[in-house]
Amino acid sequence: MEKTIAGKSIAVNEEGYMTDFKQWDKSIGEALATEAEINLTPRHWDVLTYLQTEYRNEVPLSIRKIGKSGVVDIKEFYQLFPKAPLKTATKIAGIPKPASCI
Amino acid sequence: MSANNGEIKKMMIILSKGTLENVYAAFVLANGARMEGIDAEVFFTFFGLEAIHKKKLSHLHVATVGNPAMHIPTMLGGLPGMEALASNMMKKEMEKIDMPDVQEFLDILSASGVKMWACKLAMDMFHYKKEDLFEGVEEVITVGDFYKKSEGEGVHMLFI
Repeated sequence: MEKTIAGKSIAVNEEGYMTDFKQWDKSIGEALATEAEINLTPRHWDVLTYLQTEYRNEVPLSIRKIGKSGVVDIKEFYQLFPKAPLKTATKIAGIPKPASCI
Repeated sequence: MSANNGEIKKMMIILSKGTLENVYAAFVLANGARMEGIDAEVFFTFFGLEAIHKKKLSHLHVATVGNPAMHIPTMLGGLPGMEALASNMMKKEMEKIDMPDVQEFLDILSASGVKMWACKLAMDMFHYKKEDLFEGVEEVITVGDFYKKSEGEGVHMLFI
């Protein structure tokens, strides 16, 4: 389905995840973060950029990999994105929800 | 009764077994809850304490006897070395699917905000001290304390 955000039309699935990463830009990221009640700081952007790089390299995401990323540790990850961090962060980053159980 | 639409707010997981498959089940469920934005606490009791005992947690085994799903005949499962063999095979498979070992999993749970409690009665029975346990364990508590912590709407309890 289509959704209008930050003045642009984007394709999303029924859970609100973008289905075409090419449509993503920073203003959309900001608007998605506002919807998730998160105020983006430079640290948030470090994590979002890391997630997008992993996605481009087709690396499956898990909480364990985040902890080993060298970008953020698990504790800070939960502080930055308090409720369901991996789900929230990937949604803001415009990439698919990870299918991992760990 | 007040309605909360069935939303799960907190998982209270009781781990009473020290076999690798049960420990992982508890850990995956606790971590999975946190990843969904659900609070999670684990109460370690009886053999479940092995999963947080510093000297034992890296040496947990899968059960090869009395476990028909292992497809090892019971007589063979009891042979010396069988548990270690099966456990090593399982650990290798787990590493392949990016499953952390017990120590690393405990660190992940701790960093994710999972609260961990040790059962006083079982601690007394095994003569364990708080210092013997993984640092992330909050406190040694009674079953009554655990029930108290489980109060509230949308709290679910799970015995493993």
